[in-house]
Amino acid sequence: MPGPFEYSVWFLCTLLEVSVVLCSIAKGSFRRYLSLNVYMLAASFVNIARFKILFTYGFRSPEYGYFYYYSDLLLTIGLYCALMGLYSYVFEEMGAEQYVRLGALLLLLGTAGFSFAIVQQSSSRIMGHLILDSRVMGHLVLEASQNLYFVGLVLTYVLWGAMLKLRETRTRLIQLVLALGLYFSVFAASYALRNLSTSLNGIWPYIIPISGCLLPLAWAYAFWRIPEDARIVPARLAVVPR
Amino acid sequence: MMAGVIFVFSAAALLQFFISYCRSLIAASSKQVLSAEVKDVTGIQRIASGDDFKRVMQLLQLCPERREDRNSDQAIGAYFSLLNFLRSTVARFVPSMRAWTESERGQCAYFAAVALERRISFSRDMLAQQMDA
Repeated sequence: MPGPFEYSVWFLCTLLEVSVVLCSIAKGSFRRYLSLNVYMLAASFVNIARFKILFTYGFRSPEYGYFYYYSDLLLTIGLYCALMGLYSYVFEEMGAEQYVRLGALLLLLGTAGFSFAIVQQSSSRIMGHLILDSRVMGHLVLEASQNLYFVGLVLTYVLWGAMLKLRETRTRLIQLVLALGLYFSVFAASYALRNLSTSLNGIWPYIIPISGCLLPLAWAYAFWRIPEDARIVPARLAVVPR
Repeated sequence: MMAGVIFVFSAAALLQFFISYCRSLIAASSKQVLSAEVKDVTGIQRIASGDDFKRVMQLLQLCPERREDRNSDQAIGAYFSLLNFLRSTVARFVPSMRAWTESERGQCAYFAAVALERRISFSRDMLAQQMDA
């Protein structure tokens, strides 16, 4: 059962997600960054729904477990859409958004199929049959989350590389993309570490909620503090000088 | 195997994104010119040194905190610690790395001085509001 610390982080995270949308509205950027704002709204609704399910069914109930992982999976897909929105902003002048979206959709479907194939194969080896029971589905969600976060990370990395190459100068857009990259890498690393070692189950409930606050915090900062017309020299941000 | 590869790549990307993100925060403040008052207080005239960072951070903690700046201040604090770690390990053997870490540490100190400037004007505004009330 979560304690005061977990509840505080949970509450803070929801508050930050709502504050991203409020900052964006206050600065007149809601429609411009619609996909990011819709994702943040969805994430805050999911947090409230998780809280309700936790109180109705309890922390160790299968209902809470299912809802937690499935909503996490759906939110990751939502984050893909937000990432595609960022791709659109970067490539809008080149008119290549449609190809980017199609490519991302295919990649998303491919990742989901790949995760399903891995879990189905391993479960058939363990149990000797292919019936989709709760264990298989739970494993699928964990495996798919790890792979989806990783693909999200790769896509963000590619986008960041393209921004450097195209000499993207919009400071706010740069900070939004870098914050998303940070978020995806923390989560991909955490899920991979969890798959590698079950001894980390004790610290798992702490890492994920704290990491979850990073993205809304950074996005709220970018919307609130960085004006839309602020510009930066992107080559200065590359770790390896260009 | 797969999880191991994902973990290694993610950790490397995390480091790279973190450095770039911190540099984007620093770059946004590097264009700002410090007031004569802050220059006097911090001792930073044009170019800051990494050794100024600790002192400026101590001054920063004396001023009331702005909630919206907390995130960036902490991120730069963590970045400065990372630079210190690199300076005392890898940079000892790689001279170009040493120059890079020194320059980055100086920019962190400048960022802290700009944050100090903002906090001072924030405190003044608060005081003026209280006086008006």
